[in-house]
Amino acid sequence: MRFGVVVFPGSNCEQDVVHAVEVLGFEAGYIWHGDTDISGYGAIVLPGGFSYGDYIRCGAVARFSPVMAEVVRFAERGGPVIGICNGFQILTEAHLLPGALLRNRGLKFICRETTLRVEESACQWMDAEAGTVLRIPINHNEGNYICDPAALERMQSAGQIVLRYCEPDGSRAPGGSAPNGALDDIAGICNEGGNVFGLMPHPERVVDPVVGGTDGQGVFESIARRIQEVAG
Amino acid sequence: MREDLAPEVAPRLAEELGLKLAEYEKVVEILGRTPSLTELYMYSLMWSEHCSYKHSRKALRMFPSEGEHVLQGPGENAGVIGVGDGWALAFKMESHNHPSAIEPYQGAATGIGGIIRDIFTMGARPIASLDSLRFGTLGKPRQRYLFEGAVAGIGGYGNCLGVPTVGGEVYFDDAYEGNCLINAMSLGIMREERLMRAVAAGPGNLVLLIGSTTGRDGIGGASTLASQEFDEKAEDKRPSVQVGDPFEEKLLIEACLELLDEELLVGLGDLGAAGLTSSASEMASRGGVGLDIDVTTIPAREEAMKPFEFMVSESQERMLAVVEPEKLAAAQAVCTKWGLRSTVIGTVTDTGRFVVREGDEVVADMPAVTLAHDAPIYDPAMTRPAYLDEVQAFDPVTLGHPETPGALSDMLLRLLASPNICSRRWIWQQYDHQVMLNTVVLPGSDAAVLRIGDTGRGEVTGRGIAVSSDCNGRYCYLDPYLGAQIAFAEAARNVACSGGHPAAITDCLNFGNPEKPEVFWTFHESVRGLSDACRAFGVPVISGNVSFYNESFGQPIYPTPTVGLVGVLDDVSKHCTLSFKAEGDVIVLLGETENEIGGSEYLKLAHGIVSGRPPALDLELEQAVQHSVLAAIDAGILRSAHDCSEGGLAVTLAECCIAGGLGADVHLGDELPLYGALFSETQSRVVVTTLPQDAERLIELALVHEIPYAVIGTVGGGSLRVEDAVDVTLQQMREAWEPALERALEDVT
Repeated sequence: MRFGVVVFPGSNCEQDVVHAVEVLGFEAGYIWHGDTDISGYGAIVLPGGFSYGDYIRCGAVARFSPVMAEVVRFAERGGPVIGICNGFQILTEAHLLPGALLRNRGLKFICRETTLRVEESACQWMDAEAGTVLRIPINHNEGNYICDPAALERMQSAGQIVLRYCEPDGSRAPGGSAPNGALDDIAGICNEGGNVFGLMPHPERVVDPVVGGTDGQGVFESIARRIQEVAG
Repeated sequence: MREDLAPEVAPRLAEELGLKLAEYEKVVEILGRTPSLTELYMYSLMWSEHCSYKHSRKALRMFPSEGEHVLQGPGENAGVIGVGDGWALAFKMESHNHPSAIEPYQGAATGIGGIIRDIFTMGARPIASLDSLRFGTLGKPRQRYLFEGAVAGIGGYGNCLGVPTVGGEVYFDDAYEGNCLINAMSLGIMREERLMRAVAAGPGNLVLLIGSTTGRDGIGGASTLASQEFDEKAEDKRPSVQVGDPFEEKLLIEACLELLDEELLVGLGDLGAAGLTSSASEMASRGGVGLDIDVTTIPAREEAMKPFEFMVSESQERMLAVVEPEKLAAAQAVCTKWGLRSTVIGTVTDTGRFVVREGDEVVADMPAVTLAHDAPIYDPAMTRPAYLDEVQAFDPVTLGHPETPGALSDMLLRLLASPNICSRRWIWQQYDHQVMLNTVVLPGSDAAVLRIGDTGRGEVTGRGIAVSSDCNGRYCYLDPYLGAQIAFAEAARNVACSGGHPAAITDCLNFGNPEKPEVFWTFHESVRGLSDACRAFGVPVISGNVSFYNESFGQPIYPTPTVGLVGVLDDVSKHCTLSFKAEGDVIVLLGETENEIGGSEYLKLAHGIVSGRPPALDLELEQAVQHSVLAAIDAGILRSAHDCSEGGLAVTLAECCIAGGLGADVHLGDELPLYGALFSETQSRVVVTTLPQDAERLIELALVHEIPYAVIGTVGGGSLRVEDAVDVTLQQMREAWEPALERALEDVT
């Protein structure tokens, strides 16, 4: 299993993703934003960071980079794609996922651990049972997810909501559990096919036990298992 | 040679630019003629206090700078130590006080940008930053604005770069009201053989300017801003504050490290204070060569810029490289790949002269070495300040103190809610402190602990470093010699409590106007104190920065010699944290409490005064306590360790409880009055816990190291109870400690 990690100018979590998947025994390679050949990878990762500086809307420039046309084609053919943090923002800008990410409710950057509830979904990147509570850190200024009511309903019924911010016991606080103010506590969503996954939390930060937890391992293991099953 | 300054005008301009008459005359003597406009600007900046250290240089010679770990001592962009297995660590701390006092967001942001450039200039990948901040008290709107702006600026810049901000400290005191302090420390990792120096060499080689365009921003930053006091015209200096572009800096990091990896450069320097003038003249004088630069080749951000403006602009995110002609194409290709501008702006010559041209016309021509090294060195007058007799004679024990359990519990909760003690979560939650996946201990413990490795290259090790920055300015105000020693001792203690063996320090020496004898005395005493502490511990100073003129309206800040100390862990998994771990663990106090409340947070909070003598420090005892802690951590018998500092033993215990979510039962059994036992800030004390079956081994270690110790209690329950004096629940402690900073900021009346 080989992950292709896209590097935009200003990406800064690409090395973390590579380290994380290598800790799990998988292979990884970097894909430069100007490249148009992404063959040879089982799954594509759009990592966190500040692509092109993100001086206008986050991800708004990155979606026009040469590599993104290939990523869109790959995703439309059912290829697994994950966008983490800035990668999630890019996926919404590229219309591979619905909605948008606004500035955090408190207008401040937030870096901290969050507790996340796994929802019943079609996501190929999430094998954990619904109701499982994961501890994964967030690290962003624009993670306040929003979409129109119709899109929210569509996602609900199609099982596209993958992760919600929650309290440590898995419940959701009456006023919302999302530290960034995200609509319906949404932390991660997938497309209808379940192959494209976008999330604000950073699973790669909780893979290597030396620097924290291990709750992020499942994300990379799930898709690897899935790909092996399809191949085998 | 363009003669654009009349001999009668030049001295007046020199004065306006901050040069003294004697200094101007020295310039004339060096040149043998009246300087040109460009030359005068260049000398005025390079001979400013900020660039030349003309007032501090002699005192700084007291610092020990050699030791077993040292690969590069002071004098380069950053110092470098070996941290084992061929890995080297570059680090340095620097101030950006004056810009931040005018424009906190950009001032703090560009402070981070500058110190990080110093690190990758050495060939190291920046892996972490720490920030040491000082403001006035938060009751005042401007102080809140400065504090919030500085924190946002540090986050805004560092987060974008993908370099984690892992630690630091902050104090709020009226002494910093007119002049906040923003000290930033950065650390970078490399293989030892990659160590790079900022040297220009090889006549015929090309001078390549990489990165941003050059504009009029930041002109005079080092001279008129950093090397003068603030007065009512401070706001007018806003144009001297630079504006940062972290995205450009991120590209610069990647491009420069790639250029060094591929061995395409002869030398690399960053453009910081005094811009091109400083960078180029220092690289030339280190290499003993000359440079010939044509300003018309420099990509300009604005029209009609004059040669002197190009030479002294402090536009951010620029690097200067020296390249052999045959490697130019390859070097420029790397820059282009990263979307960076790179322009040949001159050549290295064998004349030793720094020549600046505008097209064909020479506008400056001087010996390069005189810019960087011939600034006058002063021996400033020193006088022991008159206030010291008064404050040191004061005995705070004579005041009224709380005695009843209710009053003592209440005082503990007030201390926990003090902005100088309370949780710093509000700050570090705005910083990415995890990126790069090396942060083993998150912010909020005694020291940051990082794994050594370059995750990006798939090279991780089991080794680690622990880093802490510290300085209690009140102690330094009450006794500069002792205060500086305590700054060192506390940084070392914090690192030791985390499992790190102190290896080297960097420092940032923040003081008032050195031309005032009383201020200079405090500087000299602090340097002497810090030197003596370093020598006692065998820990060298490998880099640092002096920031003078931290005064507003004639009132200097507290002397603030901030220490950034790095310790090494051979096995990073053997680190230790402050939180109590489990019910039934035995609590031991290493060291012994004296009734020392002079300069304490308790004294300030209870009585509103900063006076008395700071706690005494016995460097031998301090070292013995730290060795005991390290021996116990290495033996694997410590469950937690936390040093006693501001707020005393009571606050230390409370912080261990809050972090672990566990209470404790404590019996002190000493003869001190309770307020002293609880809130005295006696040095060389560490609260540790151990499993009951390991307590005996711990005590043996204390006996071997000949340090006082006391078994003072056990972990457990939902409250912290000390004798019959203190009884507070975890909930009460959390409610006081956790939201205090946020509350102080929201308290807009």
